[in-house]
Amino acid sequence: MKPAPFRYADPRALDEALALLSEDGAKVLAGGQSLLPLLSMRLAAPAVLVDINRVPGLDAIEVDDTGVRVGALVRHSTLLADEGAARVQPLLARATANVAHPAIRNRGTTVGSIAHADPSGEMTSVLALTDGTVTVASAAGTEVLGWRDFFVGPLETSIPGGAVVTSAFFPALPQRSGTAFAEIARRKGDYAVCGAGVVVTLDGDRRVESARASYVSVGLTPEVHDLTDAVAGAPVEQADWAAAGELARTLVDPDTDIHASADYRRLLVGVLTERTLASAAAEAVAGATRE
Amino acid sequence: MTDTERTITVTVNGVPREATVPVRRLLSDALRHDLGLTGTHVGCEHGVCGACTVIVDGDPVRSCLMLAVQVDGSEVRTVEGLAREDHQGGQVLHPVQEAFRECHALQCGFCTPGFLMTIAAGLEERDNSVELTEEDVDDMVGGNLCRCTGYANIKKAVHHAAAAMRDA
Repeated sequence: MKPAPFRYADPRALDEALALLSEDGAKVLAGGQSLLPLLSMRLAAPAVLVDINRVPGLDAIEVDDTGVRVGALVRHSTLLADEGAARVQPLLARATANVAHPAIRNRGTTVGSIAHADPSGEMTSVLALTDGTVTVASAAGTEVLGWRDFFVGPLETSIPGGAVVTSAFFPALPQRSGTAFAEIARRKGDYAVCGAGVVVTLDGDRRVESARASYVSVGLTPEVHDLTDAVAGAPVEQADWAAAGELARTLVDPDTDIHASADYRRLLVGVLTERTLASAAAEAVAGATRE
Repeated sequence: MTDTERTITVTVNGVPREATVPVRRLLSDALRHDLGLTGTHVGCEHGVCGACTVIVDGDPVRSCLMLAVQVDGSEVRTVEGLAREDHQGGQVLHPVQEAFRECHALQCGFCTPGFLMTIAAGLEERDNSVELTEEDVDDMVGGNLCRCTGYANIKKAVHHAAAAMRDA
C-alpha cells in the first residue's frame, strides 16, 4: 500500500521545524523505519510530515564521564560503531546490535525508536535501565524529562504533538558494575519474543550490591525491576542468579500475543535473567580486578 | 513552507537524474515508475522482506522505507549499477552477481536484487582480509527474505564473493 497524501517540509533549522510542528496533524519524520510502515499501512495519516533530517546539530554523540548524549539524528549503526559510547555505557552497543538488521540500522535513529515508545523496542528499555532522560524541544522551550515521566503507554509518550525529542541521555555505567543484554527471537533481527538487559554492581568486597533488569516485549511500558533481594550481599562467585531469575518471573506481567503466550514469556524472563546476570557479574569482576 | 509535490535531483548509478514526484512517493516507487529502473523489486512494502534494498550514500537501506524527496541531492546505487562496462561495450558482472550465478543462489529471482545490493554493500564496506564467519553472513543477509532457496546457496555465494573480492 501507499501512504495517504500529506504535505511535506524539510526545515533547515530547529525553530523552523517547531513552527511547522505546531500545526494540527503534524508529525516528525526522522529515520522513518517505524513511521513509513505505519504510513504505508495507513495506520497513520498525518496532515504534515516534518522531516528533521536536514536540521543541523542533531546528529552528534557526546561522550563524557557522566554518560552519553545521543542526538535525534544519530542512526543505530553510528551508535553501534561508537567506541567511546560503548566504553562509558556498554549497554548501548549491546542493545543496538539487537535492533533489526543492518539496512534498518543505517536509517533508523536511536532517539526515534525511544520516541516511538514501542514495548518491543530495545532502546526504550535501555533508557529505563540506565535511568536516562530525554530532552524535549517545543515552541514553549526546552525541558528534560526522566524516562518515567516520558513513557505513558505502548506507542505513547507524554510529550505534546508540537514537540520533538532532540536528544536522549544515558548515564554512565557505575564503577564495579557489569552489563549484559540478550534476546530470544524467532529469526535474527526480528522483534524479540523476550529480551533482557541487566546491570550488576558489586561492593568493594566483591559482594553483590545491586542487580537490576529491564525487559523487551514484556509489559506495556519499560520498567526496571530490582532483583537485589535475591542476591544481596552474596560473594559474587556464590550468588544465586537462578533465584534472581525466579524473582524476576514473579515481578513481570507479560501479555499473550500470536508470537508467544504470557507463560512462555515469563519462562524466558527467568532464563534470560539468570544468563545475563551471570555474564554481567563476570564483567563486573573483571572490571573490579583491573581497578 | 510545505509541499505536495517536488522536483528532486539524484545521482543514480553515477548518472544525474531529475524527477518531479508527489511528496508521498516512496523511493522504491520513484526508482521504478519515475526513473524506469525496475530492477529494484517491491515485495512487502513495509520494510520486512528486503527485496527493495538499494545503496544510498554508501549505505544499504530499504527503499520502501524512504520517501523519494529524502534522496534529493544524494547518490543512489541500484542493481542496474552493479555490473560495470568492459572495453568492448559489454558488461562485467559484479563479484556478488558472479557468485550468485556460480553457486545457484537464486531460483525465481524476485528477492535477488535486494540480496545483491545488501551483500555488495556488506562486502564492499568490510575488510575482506579478515575471515568471514557464518555469523557475519547471517548478520549481513538476515534481513532479506527468500522463499525459494532455503538460503544455503545464498550464504555459499557470500563466501564465494568475499573470496573473489579479497583476491581481486
